[in-house]
Amino acid sequence: MMEEVKEVTPTLSVHADNIKVTEVLKEGDTLTFIIVSQKLSGTGEYHVDRTYDDFEWLQQHLFSQEDVPGIQGVIFPPLPAKAQVNASAKVMKQLGFLGLEEWQPYCKALENFLQQIAAHSILCKNKALEIFLTSSDPPGRQRVRKNIFNRLSQAVVEMRKESHKDVDEFFQTERDHNLVLTGCTKTATERFLDVVLTEQKIAVACGHFSAALQLCVEQGEDPDKQAFSKACVKLSEVFNSMMKNMTSVAENNVNTLGVGLDLESRYQEAEKEMLFRRTCKLVELETARRNAEKAKPVKKAAMEEVKKAAETEFDHICGVAKQEIAQFHGLRVKMLQQALVQWCEKQLLTAKEKADQFDQHLQAFRGMA
Amino acid sequence: MADTARDPPPAHTDFQELEDGEDLFLEPAVIQESGPASLPAEDISANSNGPKQDSLFDDDPEDLFAEATEEVSLDSPEREVLLSDGPSPAITPITPPTSVITPRIGLAHDDMFTHSSFDEIEEEEGGDSFDMHISVSDPEKVGDGMNAYMAYKVTTKTSMSLFKTDEFSVKRRFSDFLGLHSKLASKYLHIGYIVPPAPEKSIVGMTKVKVGKEDQSSNEFVEKRRSALERYLMRTVKHPILLKDPDVLQFLESSELPRAVSTQALSSAGLLRMVNKAADAVNKMTIKMNESDAWFEEKQQHFENLDVQLRKLHASVESLVCHRKELSVNTAQFAKSAAMLGNSEDHTALSRALSQLAEVEEKIDQLHQDQANADFYLFSELLGDYVRLITAVKGVFDHRMKTWQKWQDSQLLLQKKREAEAKLQFTNKPDKLQQAKDEIKELEGKVQQGERDFEQISKTIRKEVSRFEKERVKDFKMIIIKYLESLVQTQQQLIKYWDAFLPEAKAIS
Repeated sequence: MMEEVKEVTPTLSVHADNIKVTEVLKEGDTLTFIIVSQKLSGTGEYHVDRTYDDFEWLQQHLFSQEDVPGIQGVIFPPLPAKAQVNASAKVMKQLGFLGLEEWQPYCKALENFLQQIAAHSILCKNKALEIFLTSSDPPGRQRVRKNIFNRLSQAVVEMRKESHKDVDEFFQTERDHNLVLTGCTKTATERFLDVVLTEQKIAVACGHFSAALQLCVEQGEDPDKQAFSKACVKLSEVFNSMMKNMTSVAENNVNTLGVGLDLESRYQEAEKEMLFRRTCKLVELETARRNAEKAKPVKKAAMEEVKKAAETEFDHICGVAKQEIAQFHGLRVKMLQQALVQWCEKQLLTAKEKADQFDQHLQAFRGMA
Repeated sequence: MADTARDPPPAHTDFQELEDGEDLFLEPAVIQESGPASLPAEDISANSNGPKQDSLFDDDPEDLFAEATEEVSLDSPEREVLLSDGPSPAITPITPPTSVITPRIGLAHDDMFTHSSFDEIEEEEGGDSFDMHISVSDPEKVGDGMNAYMAYKVTTKTSMSLFKTDEFSVKRRFSDFLGLHSKLASKYLHIGYIVPPAPEKSIVGMTKVKVGKEDQSSNEFVEKRRSALERYLMRTVKHPILLKDPDVLQFLESSELPRAVSTQALSSAGLLRMVNKAADAVNKMTIKMNESDAWFEEKQQHFENLDVQLRKLHASVESLVCHRKELSVNTAQFAKSAAMLGNSEDHTALSRALSQLAEVEEKIDQLHQDQANADFYLFSELLGDYVRLITAVKGVFDHRMKTWQKWQDSQLLLQKKREAEAKLQFTNKPDKLQQAKDEIKELEGKVQQGERDFEQISKTIRKEVSRFEKERVKDFKMIIIKYLESLVQTQQQLIKYWDAFLPEAKAIS
């Protein structure tokens, strides 16, 4: 475990926006990711290899910065679920778009994760990031300590707090809005995934049909046989084109809008978690206030201390949260716009290419007849 | 015995290849002659000139499913039997009585020549080229409840002089089509003509329609049936012989058509009887035929292969159609969720873009549906049609074998009779001897007829197969071009949609 450095630490020694996950290697059951970053000073590069456990290590360190005031108000960049070689159907479903296309979208998601941390004014100061990106040794594969933010470990009874009425209209609105958006985005993402999976099935079916047509080629001098065979071969080519088209369309969908929706969905969840943490703190504060009020004179001073601490912490969190929310609003619009524009451009390009190809096939066929 | 005394023409007359559009004009007598000569006429029901089929069907007037039968799949053994000339291959087909053949065919038409026989085909002087288009449209539910049925409008547009007017229409129901096929099959299949099979029956589909379920699946069913009926008629009239058949002409032209009863529901008992008879026939069919003509052997193998390949293709396309429909459903779902997302979105430009996205996806969904229809109606149905057609082709080859078998049987019988006669020579039984001599004379005639029949059917099949192969190539090519055109069009549409969306996406923030 590393020390928390108290004095002002230098920020990251690499360019934040140039961090790339360039490769993914399968070593037995584990996936290893190659991460390349550009040195700020000079023209050097860092190349490191990391596994998912290393990413989790980084995340834990970010979560456990208790000395940073209002850290609980931060919307932490979301880390995707663990990717596995030969993943089960359940895992694949959870990964959604990230599990497709030979892990390329997954690498992009990890890349985004690192870039967002590096660009974050509070998080980039954490030493863990520097070590993660630059140290040639893996940062250590043991878990730091219990993740205090781990929702899963929170008692079910805590979930009640989610709907606790807020004292601040700004936050109440944000919570309500977030709830709606999280639901909508998740649904849209899942349905888009269904579309892509069906497109892949169609591509396979076109491939089968194309292969079956090849089998229809008949030998012989007979002009009718030859004409039929030629027609079959040509049609087989057409369906091969269709297969490639569908594959491209599906790929485009995954790499642009698919990952875009996925990222938006996970970020909405991250905001939800932050708002929940704040709500929990609010409940804690209100409890502390009540306790301080009701406290017997013996305990009163101690309760007041607790109350004051809670108030301070809550104020810090609200301050950070407001900033985070403002930034997040800007960020997500930018991300979605990028995704939509890229998606449209890629599909447009593919459609134009295919239109030309199909037209050629048609002309060739007419010429044959 | 044929009434007209006409010497059979030499077996291998040169004939010109029958081109599409050449009309083969027949005299009634010729049709009679081509059938097996001396068989007892079976009882014919008033409405069908096929062998008596009714006895094998449940004649239950209470039968609620009178219009429908079991779904007959492409693979079921009943198919073969249903497609053949009659329910039982053991019943030898009969010569159609002259009364059924309307006098019109026998009339000398101004534009046409009468042919002296099947074998000689003369060039038509100023003959009509094939210019005929039949459409089946306006499906209309007639009646209520389980007695309801669909009536279809059959419109014929033609410039051929065979018809009185250029354009005319009639109302027909599904059983009328089945009746037509049944008649044509009984007249022509056993002499080697490839009679296009009628569209399939369907209990499930029709019941939904009867019950009045106005949903998408029953609409699809009606459309599928309408399209199938249209293709069936077009295929039938494209056949130069079938086109001239009085039943076909009556079907197309006359406003009232006697109800076809032989298409009633097959009860399971009736079906079982049919299947058993078919099984018997199959046992008989494992005849080792001395195939003197390699052409037939090769062609039979060819059709076997083609059958297998087409079935594979058909299965493949069905799978594709299924997935496309799934894609359409998923795209529609996604469009809805995108619309909801757009509505929940605060940011104005983003909200607008998301709503536009939803609209684009809806339009793309429509494209998917159109594409699925193209896949289905162009390929899937075409392949299905051809799988059924090939079953008819195989039936025709089987008939040739049966004809050969009959000829051989007659020969064997003649042999035996001759031996018996030889023995009788040494006995003093003049009556028996005379009887034997008479029988031998009769059998000699039979043997000659058998040989003629066999040669005739062989010749006919050669012509038919050649025609079939040409049609097949034409059909497939035409469908492929239509399909490619639809693909190109879809892509063009897609480009338009994406082009329209791009500025919306760029306009965010």
